[in-house]
Amino acid sequence: MSEPEVIVGIGGAAGDGTASAGNTLVLSLARQGIASYSYNAYQSVIRGGHSWLRIRFSAKKPLNHGDQVNALIALNQDSLDRHLQELQPGGIALYNGAKLAPSYDPPSKVQLCPLPIPDLAPDSTRLPVMQNTVAVGALTQLMGLSSGRLESVFEATFAKKPQVVQQNVKAARAGYEYASKNFNPLKTRLTPNDQTWAQASGNHLLAMGAALAGCKFYVAYPMSPATHVLEWFASHAQRLGICVRQVEDEISVVNMCIGANHMGVRGMCATSGGGFALMTEAIGMAGIMETPAVIINVMRAGPSTGVPTKTEQADLNQAFGASQGDFPRVVLAPTSMSDCFVTPSQAFNVADRFQLPVIILADLLLCEGSETVATEVLDVEFPIDRGELITKADGPPDGEPYLRYKNTPSGISTRAIPGLPGHLYVAASDEHDEDGVLLSDVYTDPIRRKKMVDKRVRKMSTILKHLPAPVLEGPADAETTLLGWGSTWGVIKEAAEQLNAAGDSVNHLHVKTLIPLHIDEITATLNRGQRIVIIENNQSGQFARHLRAETGIVAHGHVRKYDGEPFEPKHIVAGVKDVIGGQEVVEVISTEPGWRTDHPTGTSGAWDGLKAKKPSVPAKD
Amino acid sequence: MASPVLVAKDYKPEVPSDWCPGCGDFGVLTALFQACADLQIQPHDLLVVSGIGCSSNLPGFIRSYGVHSIHGRALPFATGSKLANGAMTVVVTGGDGDGYGIGLNHFIQAMRRNINVTYIVMNNEIYGLTTGQVSPTSEPGMKTKTTPLGNLEGMLNPLALALASGCGYIARGFSGQPKHLVQLYKDGIQHPGFALIDVFSPCVTFNKHNSYTWFRERVYKLEEEDHEVGNFHAAMDKALEWGDRIPIGLVYRNPKPPPPLDVTDPALTGEPLVHQSYEIDGDTRRELIQEFA
Repeated sequence: MSEPEVIVGIGGAAGDGTASAGNTLVLSLARQGIASYSYNAYQSVIRGGHSWLRIRFSAKKPLNHGDQVNALIALNQDSLDRHLQELQPGGIALYNGAKLAPSYDPPSKVQLCPLPIPDLAPDSTRLPVMQNTVAVGALTQLMGLSSGRLESVFEATFAKKPQVVQQNVKAARAGYEYASKNFNPLKTRLTPNDQTWAQASGNHLLAMGAALAGCKFYVAYPMSPATHVLEWFASHAQRLGICVRQVEDEISVVNMCIGANHMGVRGMCATSGGGFALMTEAIGMAGIMETPAVIINVMRAGPSTGVPTKTEQADLNQAFGASQGDFPRVVLAPTSMSDCFVTPSQAFNVADRFQLPVIILADLLLCEGSETVATEVLDVEFPIDRGELITKADGPPDGEPYLRYKNTPSGISTRAIPGLPGHLYVAASDEHDEDGVLLSDVYTDPIRRKKMVDKRVRKMSTILKHLPAPVLEGPADAETTLLGWGSTWGVIKEAAEQLNAAGDSVNHLHVKTLIPLHIDEITATLNRGQRIVIIENNQSGQFARHLRAETGIVAHGHVRKYDGEPFEPKHIVAGVKDVIGGQEVVEVISTEPGWRTDHPTGTSGAWDGLKAKKPSVPAKD
Repeated sequence: MASPVLVAKDYKPEVPSDWCPGCGDFGVLTALFQACADLQIQPHDLLVVSGIGCSSNLPGFIRSYGVHSIHGRALPFATGSKLANGAMTVVVTGGDGDGYGIGLNHFIQAMRRNINVTYIVMNNEIYGLTTGQVSPTSEPGMKTKTTPLGNLEGMLNPLALALASGCGYIARGFSGQPKHLVQLYKDGIQHPGFALIDVFSPCVTFNKHNSYTWFRERVYKLEEEDHEVGNFHAAMDKALEWGDRIPIGLVYRNPKPPPPLDVTDPALTGEPLVHQSYEIDGDTRRELIQEFA
């Protein structure tokens, strides 16, 4: 990115307040037009351990958390030891000088900024979290920004506690003034402007997007990293008139969700891979009953419990294979946090129109990370298409017997909500005829069985034009096409720009609609004879296999990552260069010292951006 | 528009039921026709939800809205449906395998949750549709295809479990006495909260032990004894009674039933959810966005 940017890293133990310090910083910068993208690497403990929040700031909206760190706020010794060496030349390290000191020399041209916290915030002995406020104030000064917006954030956050506002304002000012007298500001200057931003996680955007798309029923079981969807709904249920329930398990969740949708409301549920596994039998029921339902799987690193706080794109096979038998379904993978806002509306509309289950495959990166979204992007009225739905009737239509599953040319049958006179029917998980009467218990009925399977599958023949098609970015005639799906859009886009700037010829095709696949559009783009590189956040190349199964296209190379951490642009740039150099499968890995636990302080590995180069694995796909 | 008076046969559909001749489920079904007629429930205001099993075929044999869902999941499905449209009368039907085996967790949670549905369990102490395997309510020692040496496990007691789980209406019936069942159904449907009616419904094909005769020799009606239906401890005594004498009838009715979930959920205070507006106006939308700015 040519636009000036600053990447801030805040490190501490769980409970030290890294998230709230980051949030304060993000909001205060957002209020002066500066956009940001945040990714928090954390571990599954409630107190202690290590948490590493990276926030990339720029006036031009960042699409990923970037490759490096320019400013470090270390809230404990461990964080200082781990991350000091990652700072770039010109970078700064802020920490409580009264308690912490570097264990080794900082990299060249890195400025140490020890803050005398007990002097600057005397009440920090009682309230250790005040050190965060001092550091945020100091960093604001070193970024060349005024402290006014920061104070407005404290006023909003602690609106009901004026004393706490005063305490924080005082500490921030002390940090700000101390920094102006004692340290050199960062050379990079962010440009305040008039853009208004909202900062939200993918989870919050999925929830708010669904509510604005007419979701009236939300049900879930708490499971990381999807729990914040439930929390947003729970805290807005009364005000928005949404029935929100937390229930005993994901089997109950999905059956309640389908039960509510069956009655005619828009219902949604969200979980992660393990919970989604429990839901699969009922998803098939929604398929054969032709009940719309929206089911979100916020993927985390699997299998089984896997790595609950880490990200992966490895549930694609599960989404494809959820439930026994053949039935139409849609699988959508949002491509950014902003896209999380739009996706529920698209999902509800196709679910209603085509009367089928829609699975949204998001992931931890999108859903627990956050980004700023221009407020005007969020302030939109979503079109609501309920499809062929009868909600009012005094008797049967045209005096004819109502056939819930009428065999039509489109495969779509008019759906009457239960409760209307003249439209009685049974919705069955058993195979049934057009009137809903079971075919399952008869001796045999091959003609009607085939008719009903065909009727349902026929819905897929017209659905593609209602779903987002893949987007090609960059020069159409590039030598190499980078192909990705879901959450990796922003990081691949930036890597493609870097590769082009470095003299390679690269474009980028990104897929959101995974089932059904836009085969014609994808084939037309990929059949030019160019080099195709598939980039995905899993080990086995689940999308590569899907692409080959659906189109016969075999990619020339693969860049894969399954170490729990998300791609950064540098991983993709290096991986693609290796593919161009002839390697078929490149597995990249995050190797910065901050990620390492094989030594107590994380200081034995020098930061060299090394990626693991493994021998090329014969591609099965 | 004045509706004509409904009678039992108004609930009988053209599709005939396909249970074995003599199956206990026939008595359960005809009693349900009569209860609905007595309560004058319009067929389009009635939703009958089931899981999987012989008895779970029932929604296909009654003229109403119906759902034939998956094994063990009728209660969650019905809970979602009731929350979405509280104006409908929701009756859940199924067997002992469906409700007390694979669906047991949902059964307990639905009672704790106190959703206003009526749950009729056709309890035949056997897995019938899979042709005769042991069930959670099979008696110890009972020989089935999967317990050739006799059942080594204990019996689940649905009535005691229901009492312990906070269920406000607990009854037991016998399909050999359908008139008695009608009253239990009617009271259960009118109870403001979760109602359980466990019904002895003999499987004449696969359970030769718990036959009509076996039940007739043992059952007696609580209504004919001095049983206090509002007394929790007395109810627990009756729930635990099993052997030469087995009680049927109303075991427990909470004298002060708490309001059900479909009334206490803050989104459900007005008209049914399905008839509420799903649109959020621009001012509210901008307030929601502002929470993130």
